[in-house]
Amino acid sequence: MKLFKFRGGVRPKGYKELSAVQAIEKLPLPKKLYIPLQQHVGEPAELVVSIGQRVLKGDLLGHSNGKISAPVHASSSGTIVDITYFAAPHPSGLPFQTIVLETDGLDEETKSVITLDPFSLSAEEIATRVGAAGIVGLGGATFPSAVKLHEGAKRQLDTLVINGGECEPFLTCDDRLMRERAEQVIDGIRIMLHALNLNKAYVAIESNKPHALEAMTLASQAYPEIQAVKVPTSYPMGWDRQLIKILTGREVPVGKRSSDVGLIVHNVATAYAIHEAIRYDRPLVNRIVTVSGDAIAQPKNVEVKIGTLVSELLAYCGIESTETRLVMGGPMMGLSLPHAEVPVVKGCNGIVALTDAFAATKTAQPCIRCSKCIEACPVGLLPLEMVTRVKKGDYKNAGEIGLHDCISCSSCSYVCPANIPLVHYFNFAKDKLRDQRQTQIKNDKTKKLAEAKQMRLEAIEAAKKAEAEARKAKRAADKARKAALTAEKAKQAEVAQNEGTV
Amino acid sequence: MKLAPSAPHTHSGNAVSNVMLTVILALMPATLLGLYAFGFPALNTLVITIVSSLLAEAISLYFADKPIMPALLDGSAFLTGLLLAMSLPPWAPWWISALGGFFGIIIGKHIFGGLGQNIFNPAMLARVCLLISFPLEMTTWVPYKPFFSEQSPGFLESLKITFVGIPNFDAMTSATIMGHVRTELTVHHGVSSALASGHYDLFNTIIGTTGGSLGETSTLLVVLGGLYIIYKRIISWHIPVTMIATILILASIFHFIDSDRFASPLFHIFSGGYMLGAFFIATDLVTSPNTKPGQIIFAVGLAVLVFVIRTWGGYPEGMGFAVLLMNALTPLIDHYIKPRIYGRDRKGNPLPAPERE
Repeated sequence: MKLFKFRGGVRPKGYKELSAVQAIEKLPLPKKLYIPLQQHVGEPAELVVSIGQRVLKGDLLGHSNGKISAPVHASSSGTIVDITYFAAPHPSGLPFQTIVLETDGLDEETKSVITLDPFSLSAEEIATRVGAAGIVGLGGATFPSAVKLHEGAKRQLDTLVINGGECEPFLTCDDRLMRERAEQVIDGIRIMLHALNLNKAYVAIESNKPHALEAMTLASQAYPEIQAVKVPTSYPMGWDRQLIKILTGREVPVGKRSSDVGLIVHNVATAYAIHEAIRYDRPLVNRIVTVSGDAIAQPKNVEVKIGTLVSELLAYCGIESTETRLVMGGPMMGLSLPHAEVPVVKGCNGIVALTDAFAATKTAQPCIRCSKCIEACPVGLLPLEMVTRVKKGDYKNAGEIGLHDCISCSSCSYVCPANIPLVHYFNFAKDKLRDQRQTQIKNDKTKKLAEAKQMRLEAIEAAKKAEAEARKAKRAADKARKAALTAEKAKQAEVAQNEGTV
Repeated sequence: MKLAPSAPHTHSGNAVSNVMLTVILALMPATLLGLYAFGFPALNTLVITIVSSLLAEAISLYFADKPIMPALLDGSAFLTGLLLAMSLPPWAPWWISALGGFFGIIIGKHIFGGLGQNIFNPAMLARVCLLISFPLEMTTWVPYKPFFSEQSPGFLESLKITFVGIPNFDAMTSATIMGHVRTELTVHHGVSSALASGHYDLFNTIIGTTGGSLGETSTLLVVLGGLYIIYKRIISWHIPVTMIATILILASIFHFIDSDRFASPLFHIFSGGYMLGAFFIATDLVTSPNTKPGQIIFAVGLAVLVFVIRTWGGYPEGMGFAVLLMNALTPLIDHYIKPRIYGRDRKGNPLPAPERE
C-alpha cells in the first residue's frame, strides 16, 4: 500500500525488547481495588452504590453522567468498604472520588447476556452497549468511545483507522494484544465497521512490530475490508492526524475533527474491549498494562483489574531501585506519578519506572538555534521561537505563532541539545492562556451582569420617577377638581342666597 | 518540595558541547595541515586566537554575572577562536590574533547577550573588522613552507615573527592567488595570465600545498570535515550544496561569456576559503536561517554576494562580507519563511473543510 509523507518526528530508542517477548500475564487478584469515578474525558460518573453493598464483577458502580461521560464498573466481586477521596494517578496526586472495593476472591461475574450475532444489532444499539460498557479510548486519550460511534454513524465516513502504532518507547501492551488476541481485535473492528456502516478499515502497525503485523494480517485474511498496514517506526506515529495523513494523505483542518475528512480513529485495545462488550456483554474492567523501564527487574505485560494499585504491579514485576521516576504511560508524554499508591485507570497503558541515571533532568543551557526542534516538530511549529515568547510571559504572541496547535508530543524537548524543557514551557503557557480565557469569560459575564443590574436599577428608578410624576399630576388634578368643586359649591351657595333674597 | 518531573522522561542525549566538539573535530584535519604548512608561527597564531577568545568569554561572563565554567566548557568560544584563526594569515602578529579573539567574543557575541543571541557570526565579524582596520597585516601571506623544510622557522624564530615582526618582509611574503588575480585585473591583465604569473595550480588549492589563510588552503580537508558534520547531522546539506551550486552556475555563465575577464568556476570554489565558508561559517547554527527553504535562500544570496565582491568589489575575498550581510538578513528570512502548520494554509488560516457528500 502506498503511504503518504509526513513531516517531523523523532526516533527515540524503543526499549521494546524488554517486554515485547513477555506473554500477557494475569495479575493475582488484589485484596482491595480503588476505582475512581473519573477515568475519562468529560463528566465524572455518578455514584450508584453505597458503603457495605456487595457487588459482582461487572456491576455498575457509577453511571454515565451527561453527554460526554462514561460509567464505571466493579472489576471483581466483593464489598464496597469505602467511598472516599483517593490520590489520582496524576503528577499532583490530588484526591479524586474513589470507590474502595474489598475483593472476596471469588471474582464472581454478573450473569452475562451473550449476544451471539452482533451483526443483527442496529448501529444505535451497538453504540449504546459500548457506552454502557464504559469503554473509552484505551490508547490513553480516554475519550468515551460510544460518543465517537454515535457521532460517526451520523457522519459521512469512508474509513475506520485502527491505531496500532504504539509509538511510545517501552510500551508493548498493544503489540502483545495484537499478537495474542488478533482474532478478537479483528472481531471488534468488524463490529465497529458494522456500527459505523463502513466497509473499510486500516490497522496501522509500526514496522518495529513484525509479529503483531503478521498476526493481524493472518487474522484479517478472511475479511478483505480490513487491511493491516505497516507504517514507519517514528514518533509520534500514534497521533491520529499523523496516521490519517500517512494512510490517506488527508489533512484535518484546524478546528475540525477527523470525521470531517471522512475518517474515524480508534485504538486496537478499544477494538478488543468492544469485542468483549458486544460478544460477551462484559464491561471494561480489565486492561493490559506494560510494566517496564530500567528500574524494573522483570518487565512484563500484565492484564490487571481497573483499580489495582500501581504498587501491586511494581511488586509483581520487581522494582530494583527506590530512587526512581514513575511514569504512567510512555516516557515521551507520560505523566509522572507522585508515588505508587495510585490506582490503574482505564487509560493507563504502561507503568514505566526509570532510574535517575536514565531520566535525570539536566540543566537547561542557552538555545543555540540549531533548529533541531523545528525539524522534529510534527505540526510544523517553531518551538525555539515560541519558547522565547513564553519565557517573556508573552503567551498571547506565543499563541499567535502556533502554541494553540502544539500537541505536546515532546519531540522538541527530546532532541534539544541545550536540554531546554520546551514542551513543559508550552504546557505551562497553554494553561496560562486557558486561565486568561476563563478570566476573560468570567469578566465578560460579570460585566454583562453588572450592566443588566445597572439597567434594572435605572428602570426601577425611571418607574419610580414616573410613578411620582403620576402621583404629582394626580394630586394637582385632585386639587384642581377640589378647587373647582369648592368654587361650584360657593357659586351654588351664592345662587341659593341670591334666590333667597329674591 | 521536589517538583513532579515533566515529560519527556527520556532524551536523545544530544548536547551543546557535543555539537561544538564535533565541529571542532571536523576542523582538525584542515587546521593540522595549516600548522604543517606554515610552521610554528601558525601555531602561535592559533593558540593566541583561541586563548584570547576563551579569556574574552570568561571576562564577559564574569561581568554578565553568569556561571563561567559551564559556558567555557561548552566549546563555543573555542570554536569561534578556531574558526577565526583558520581565516587569519598564518604568520599574523600576536596583537592581530588577540584583538580578533576579543573583538569576536565581546562585540560579536556577548554584546548581543551571549551564546545563541548574536546576529552576526563572531569569527567573521572579527575577521572583517581586522581586515578593514589593518589591511596590511591581514593580507600579508607567506607561501607554503612546511614543517621540517629548510624555510620553516624554528620555535624561537617563530616567537620573534609573532611578537616582533616578520624579518626580511618582502622576501618572505607574497599575495594569495585571489589577491594576485585581483591586482592583475586592475592593471588590465587577463585572468589566465594572472593565474600563470601567480603560479596558480588547481591541484595545490585542493590539497592545500599553497599560500593562504591558516586553515583555508586545503579544500579537500575542509570538505571532508564538512561531510563529517553533515554525516553527524549537525548541519544539513542545504547551505553548502546550494552555495557551491550557485557559484558554479554564476561563474560558469560569466566565464563562458568572457573567460579572460571572469575566473573559472573551479577557481571560485577551490580558492579563498569558499569551502570553509560554505561548510563551517555560513552553516553557523546561530546566525543562519531555521528552515531548509530559508537556508537555501540564504545560501543563494551568500554565493551571489561572494561572486559579486570577488569580481567587482574592492576586496579580493568576499566571504567575510557576504556572510555578515546575509547574517543581517537571517531574521527577515526567518520571519517570512516558516514551515506550514498542520491543518493550516501558509498564511496560518485553517485549511478549508473538504466538501463531503
